Amino acid sequence: MSSSNLFNVTMIAYMVSTCIFFAFLASRTKAVGLAGTYAALFGFVVQTAAIGLRWKESYDQGHGHAPLSNLYESVVFFAWTIVLIFLVIDFKYKYRAIGFFVIPFALFGMAWAQLSLDAGIQPLVPALQSNWLVYHVITCFLGYAAFAVACGISIMYLIREKMEQTGGNVSAGGTLAMFPSIRILDDLNYKAIMIGFPLLTLGIVTGAIWANYAWGTYWSWDPKETWSLIVWFIYAAFLHARITRGWVGRRAAILSIIGFAATIFCYLGVNLLLSGLHSYGG
Amino acid sequence: MTTNKRGLAQQLWDFFCSLRLSIFLLIGLALTSIIGTIIPQGPQREYLATLSEMKIRLYSSLGFFDMYHSWWFILLLYLLTLNLICCSIKRLPRVWKIVSEPVLVMDETFQKSLGQVKELKLRGSKADLKDRVAALLKAEFAEAVVTERDGSYHLFAQKSPYSRLGVYVVHLSIIIIFIGALIGSFFGYKAYVNIPEGGSISQVDSRTGKQIDLGFQVACEKFSVSFYDTGAPKEFRSVLTVLENGQPVKGYQSIPIVVNDPLTYKGITFYQSSYGPTDEGALYHISVRDRNTGATTKLEGRQGERLALPGGAFLSVMEATQDVRPFLKDFDGPGAQVEFTPAGGKSQPFVILSQKWDNFNAQHGGDLVISFDGMDQKFFTGLQVAKDPGVLVVWLGCALMVIGICMAFFMSHKRIWARVSDDGVTVGGSASKNPAGFEIGFDELVQKLNKV
Repeated sequence: MSSSNLFNVTMIAYMVSTCIFFAFLASRTKAVGLAGTYAALFGFVVQTAAIGLRWKESYDQGHGHAPLSNLYESVVFFAWTIVLIFLVIDFKYKYRAIGFFVIPFALFGMAWAQLSLDAGIQPLVPALQSNWLVYHVITCFLGYAAFAVACGISIMYLIREKMEQTGGNVSAGGTLAMFPSIRILDDLNYKAIMIGFPLLTLGIVTGAIWANYAWGTYWSWDPKETWSLIVWFIYAAFLHARITRGWVGRRAAILSIIGFAATIFCYLGVNLLLSGLHSYGG
Repeated sequence: MTTNKRGLAQQLWDFFCSLRLSIFLLIGLALTSIIGTIIPQGPQREYLATLSEMKIRLYSSLGFFDMYHSWWFILLLYLLTLNLICCSIKRLPRVWKIVSEPVLVMDETFQKSLGQVKELKLRGSKADLKDRVAALLKAEFAEAVVTERDGSYHLFAQKSPYSRLGVYVVHLSIIIIFIGALIGSFFGYKAYVNIPEGGSISQVDSRTGKQIDLGFQVACEKFSVSFYDTGAPKEFRSVLTVLENGQPVKGYQSIPIVVNDPLTYKGITFYQSSYGPTDEGALYHISVRDRNTGATTKLEGRQGERLALPGGAFLSVMEATQDVRPFLKDFDGPGAQVEFTPAGGKSQPFVILSQKWDNFNAQHGGDLVISFDGMDQKFFTGLQVAKDPGVLVVWLGCALMVIGICMAFFMSHKRIWARVSDDGVTVGGSASKNPAGFEIGFDELVQKLNKV
């Protein structure tokens, strides 16, 4: 069994999980929601094994590095972190409907990686030969993943709010019946960002330490660095607006979605559209 | 006049203390930062050529080509700093008072200021109720301080009061990072130097175009580059020695540096950054074997040099490589493009490879089989040189920031008051952040209290 096969199994598991979560929203049966979580958990376990196996494969090929070094590996890892953060929040709060709005991000990542990205294991170029690679990538992507979860929850918030305003079918028990209440969605959005912001900060700090070690400058306003700071500014504004002025609800949800859009641009847009030091695709 | 002045000062103070300014500045910095990621920073001739005269003049007057050092961007950063200092000065004393002198008694007026208040449906004697509520608070929340006043018992319990200071730790950390950055820009420099193999330098060129004396010398003993089978670079390695007055410094002799592993001496750090061939050019090694006698002659020469071969022919090496794989995929080892002039004949260009491929080499050269033994290419190593005495201050700021953010996020100052009077038990609560989350916890606590 190669890691590539296992990644395919992972992708299918996330697809199944997404479908089950949809069935859960439609059927409003608790057991179906639990099955969705188990499907995601199964995919997560397989993916963890696959990442470990790919790591071993890189040693077998004589390269010997953590599978975090190119676009394919980073997309796979991003999917893994999204499911990890989802499972943590799901385990703690058990609002299964969130799965339908979060697992598709992981599914999309896996599908993109498996279907159209180069999965070859390449040796590390000199710039990436550092332990900081692991610390930097892990903290950044866990942060990104928390923002992805916050974005999914914010989308739910906006849908639920809209439905309620238009004389919703909440009490009648439509699809929305399985959505957590608006108050809880708003709170979960904030909680996910509270997980993401410290991780993003750590990611930026480890990146600065690494840059100082490799290039002799901890901050050079390279587009990737600048975009990570832009994301940091957006979520800092979110936190200030919220903590002190009670900026809860709709505006917080919109800011959270904008923040995730900037995160995705920081991750992919900078590599695909702009030029700079981070040309490895990670 | 005085009131007017005072009014203005007050207005300015209020302006710089306002959170609306913070949010405006954060979003403003986020939006303006985008410009510099789209417009290439620094002198970029190719990019400038794509712009109209008008645009170039507009952009450069707005500082867009060095945006992050433009007066208005720096001004935004200073405003943010000023804003967070003012906010901290205004709010810190009040917060400190909450931390150090908690309100122990929830009276009617204070009760109205609380986010959460619930009347409990408990019956029993006051002293008994007080003990039961205190026991539950201790088990479920935190130990309560009991105050007796006007015939009622007042209970107060709190969790992680110091988390309220987390925000100010983060604000302080940002100021410390800025101070570190300023120290670096005033007392440090970034520079660049090329050292040929076997050579040494005592000066470096700063990015601002100044020559900087190091006060010591750095010699490059050797530079090497290795590649993976795929052709991607594997390692750039320079072996450096630091010299003082021409003498090698103990502990700084023959130190290998690679990317991600620099050398620091007297606060100045040398980073492997680039490399290239020296102007001197490579020395090529060639073997010539006579097909008839089998006698072999060894020759050396530089690019373009006319080398006399046995039997009156001449040979010049035009170009050479240590590895022919990228050009001739069926062969490997070194190879050279040569021009061979037989005695009295016309010159013929062809390629020669190492002796391993003598069948290939035998296609040319008449009586001679010419093979390429390799070349000695001297390189120079390109080093990034940095002195930044502020960097430790920046790291201190970063560490404080992470600690402060964790204090501020993962800890909330939660307070619960309970008043046990003749009218019954009233519970009030507040949290320093996330009121929605606290409400859920508070409701659970009240449910439990109702069952004591």
